[in-house]
Amino acid sequence: MTLTQQIITIALCVLGTMATRFLPFLVFSSKKPTPGYIQYLGKALPAAIFGMLVIYCLKNVSILTGSHGLPELIAIAATITLHLWKRQMLISIAGGTICYMVLIQTIFSV
Amino acid sequence: MKLKAFKAAFPYTIPIFAGFWFLGLAYGIYMNVSGFSFLYPMLMSLTIFGGSLEFIAVSMLLAPFAPVQTLIMALVIQARHLFYGISMLDRFRGMGWKKFYLIFGMCDETFSINYTADIPPDVDKGWFYFFVTLLNHLYWFSGATIGGLVGSLLHFDTTGLDFVMTAMFVVIFMEQWMKEQQHTTAWLGLGSALLCRLCFGADQFMIPTMLCILAGLTLFKNPLERSGGLK
Repeated sequence: MTLTQQIITIALCVLGTMATRFLPFLVFSSKKPTPGYIQYLGKALPAAIFGMLVIYCLKNVSILTGSHGLPELIAIAATITLHLWKRQMLISIAGGTICYMVLIQTIFSV
Repeated sequence: MKLKAFKAAFPYTIPIFAGFWFLGLAYGIYMNVSGFSFLYPMLMSLTIFGGSLEFIAVSMLLAPFAPVQTLIMALVIQARHLFYGISMLDRFRGMGWKKFYLIFGMCDETFSINYTADIPPDVDKGWFYFFVTLLNHLYWFSGATIGGLVGSLLHFDTTGLDFVMTAMFVVIFMEQWMKEQQHTTAWLGLGSALLCRLCFGADQFMIPTMLCILAGLTLFKNPLERSGGLK
């Protein structure tokens, strides 16, 4: 690839990303009221998105091979328990991550 | 007003700092060992600012030039951002010049924090959103640049640190769960993604997941609105 082709490739990645981020704002201008169906989606989507993002983070976990997703399962359980107990975002995230790192570097290390 | 918003925003971004520095360093190192100057991760982290696509862009840059395929790939990988924009349409109203940057920098993590954070009533929302976006952008940019610069010299055992992102999304999911009166939509998101991941595999399940979520929400629109569970 020449330098120009590289710049075009990177620019297209920027364009693709920005198209998906800006499109809703361009289609539904702030001058006109947002259609009811889109308003409904705006309210109903986030909970579904966060569920989707949790699975997205875990997409490369395989239940059938390797550690069968056990370290992930245990560390998520730890995160949830900490969050139900203290409800301090940073404590839950740090605790869950440390738990995962210990598991993956000791018991489940390859 | 700005300082107050900064102080309110900063704690929310600490987990992102850990996650982005780790992933950003890894990305910079990856570009470094793939034979690219640090200028590449530096400029790409600044302009694309979307982790998963940037990793894939490395292999695109190493492959023969294919502009149409590159654009399609970028649109497919980033399609989930459409949902973030729809959710933020009303909240970003009247943000003036900040609005452009807020949309430009709305990655998964920034959207999730800005959507769920409890912003104190005396803190300016626009500046809060702005600082969350800016700090996250800086973490990713600095991590990627440093990784590209000193990448191959670093040696430390951080195996598993990337779980910080998973833990953060679990916590954000729980926060949303505890705030809402109905859990149909949360289950819909979890269930659709899980089912599509099993059916379509790790690389191709996001678009089917998004379509399932849209179909589900459209199907349950009336009961969901009637129950009054959506605020």
